[in-house]
Amino acid sequence: MIIAESASARVPRLLSLVPWLVNRQGVDIDQAARELGVSVAQLQADLDLLFMCGYGTMTDELIDVSTEGGKIFIRNAETIARPLRLSRAEALTLMVGLRALAGADGVTDAPVVERALAKLEAAAASIMGEGGRVEAVLDDASTADTRAVVADALKAHRRLHLRYHVPARDESTERDVDPMRLLGIEGHWYLEGWCHRASDTRLFRLDRITTIEILDADGTPPPDARTRDLSAGTFVASADHPVITLDLSTGWEWVAEYYPVESVDLPQEDGPATRRVTLRAGETGWVRRLALRSGGGVRVVAPPELAREVSEAAGRALAAYGHTQTPVGETGDGTAANEVHAR
Amino acid sequence: MSAPNSAAAKTERLMNLVMTLLYTRRPLPKARIREIVEQYRLAHNTEAFERMFERDKEDLRELGIPLVTEDITAAWEDEPGYRIHERDYALPDLHFEPDELAVLGLAARAWSHATLAAPAATALRKLRAGGVEPDGDAFIGVEPLVATREPAFAPLLDALLTLTPVCFEYARPGHDAPATRRVHPWGLATASGRWYLTGHDLDRDAPRVFRLSRIAGAVRTVGASGSYAVPPHHNPAAMVGRRREADTAYVALVRVRPGTGHALRARSDIVDDAPDWTTLRLPYADRSATASELASYADDVIVDLPDDLRAAVIANLAGAAAGSAREGAA
Repeated sequence: MIIAESASARVPRLLSLVPWLVNRQGVDIDQAARELGVSVAQLQADLDLLFMCGYGTMTDELIDVSTEGGKIFIRNAETIARPLRLSRAEALTLMVGLRALAGADGVTDAPVVERALAKLEAAAASIMGEGGRVEAVLDDASTADTRAVVADALKAHRRLHLRYHVPARDESTERDVDPMRLLGIEGHWYLEGWCHRASDTRLFRLDRITTIEILDADGTPPPDARTRDLSAGTFVASADHPVITLDLSTGWEWVAEYYPVESVDLPQEDGPATRRVTLRAGETGWVRRLALRSGGGVRVVAPPELAREVSEAAGRALAAYGHTQTPVGETGDGTAANEVHAR
Repeated sequence: MSAPNSAAAKTERLMNLVMTLLYTRRPLPKARIREIVEQYRLAHNTEAFERMFERDKEDLRELGIPLVTEDITAAWEDEPGYRIHERDYALPDLHFEPDELAVLGLAARAWSHATLAAPAATALRKLRAGGVEPDGDAFIGVEPLVATREPAFAPLLDALLTLTPVCFEYARPGHDAPATRRVHPWGLATASGRWYLTGHDLDRDAPRVFRLSRIAGAVRTVGASGSYAVPPHHNPAAMVGRRREADTAYVALVRVRPGTGHALRARSDIVDDAPDWTTLRLPYADRSATASELASYADDVIVDLPDDLRAAVIANLAGAAAGSAREGAA
């Protein structure tokens, strides 16, 4: 079932589809769908629609599409056989992506990126002239060496040995990992691989790898190793994990967007300006640290054990500073921090 | 022909219009276009056709298709004609090598989970239309991703590409209520995985940097497109970097328990390594951000100096203790 797509989304796709097909007459329909990143059903629907299009209504004025034997032939499409020039958004995505890659040492070959960028910039110069600039950085600067090691291991299918720091538990561990992917997400690079210590797929942030070496052992992950869907970010929750309820004060709403929350209750008109969210987590160390970090901006509502864990950890720390804990009162709205300041 | 008024029918109509206007050697008057494009011919009356045609022209222009109006001399006096010049329509001939197409693929795929996934895919398809296939093995397993999870990203990008002033509610840490900011957007840049907007703050009449995750609610346009200019050679990444480094001169003295505070140790010098505490010299830029970070370690990390940072950590801990105590005690 194909969801009705708006004309403003579909027309650019069709106009870029035709030149691609014209230069690949007889291409296999499955292969075309795969390379174009659409389903076979979608591609078939696109071809059916193109069959109705032309610069007139006579048969010889219409595009002729044939998919006999699963091979696509397209004729009489000369008017749109060349791609439409790049839009600003299109040129921008590639230029921002290339500039980001140019700075990511150890992953790509810098001269190749520069060449591609120069050609693209020349072609897009007339449309990109005015307007603001966009710069994405894929580099966390410090990890170029680690990146190069991981890229080598991926190419050679070799196992890696690493010492890794887990911030949620604040501990350092040693692991053997069969590399699966080298990922750059939100300013950090990650190694995704089969961890022999955990017997599972794990994501390792490169700046938390303190030492890394390529082993002689074969690094092909087990056949049942699956890469994770990272469309919602690197944080992964499971339905088996317990539910955690948090209250977010003004300024901490981003928590609801950053972590995959299951529900959000927006503030009531007369009530306090907090929003209540629920999420699932197996490891609760990060929640405790988030609550401590927020200074009351993120409050743990449930489970009560976790709320107690937060207040006890904060109480121990205050004692270490020679402070006794502030009496519990009407200060749970994120203003407590300022009150202590005033004292 | 697809069912009238459906998205498919409109797609078909726009495709026919594009092909007709590209095919013609001279500008076509409206009446002639109505004869050629079947869906227009089927319009109930002239008024319905003209409404449809006006909307379609706008839609094509928004898609970047250079539809032009030219005067038709002689026969149709005062009658405008329409056409699309292929020289303005078509992508200039570009030849990319297979290894260049491979990095372009990587650049386009970087947006696969972001707001601009569709234009990135279309751009790549256009560049690959020529028939050259990319170097397939070059980047097995390598996936750099640009994330744009902040809802403000798309409207701000739109605004800075069209030079349109915007306003939004902006929350600063330490301030309870977000304040309205009116800005001429200049650029967008990432730093440490977060998006920042650079621009001219109209109320403060000065350049400012805004973190997108602190923009609350909708971004609204407050003026016409093209109503300001971006300073020549503006470099948003450098401006964000300068803002972030503006006051890095601070150094804190912190004590860390054995086996903890690894992230702090990685960016500090060790002053003293006793059995129960390691003392670190920790450079930092932003007091409130650093206080929050240090508070997250609870009693595993204690700040000795400076006093203002120490006080900020204590305030942070007191807030956290009070915040969750009510629930924990229940």
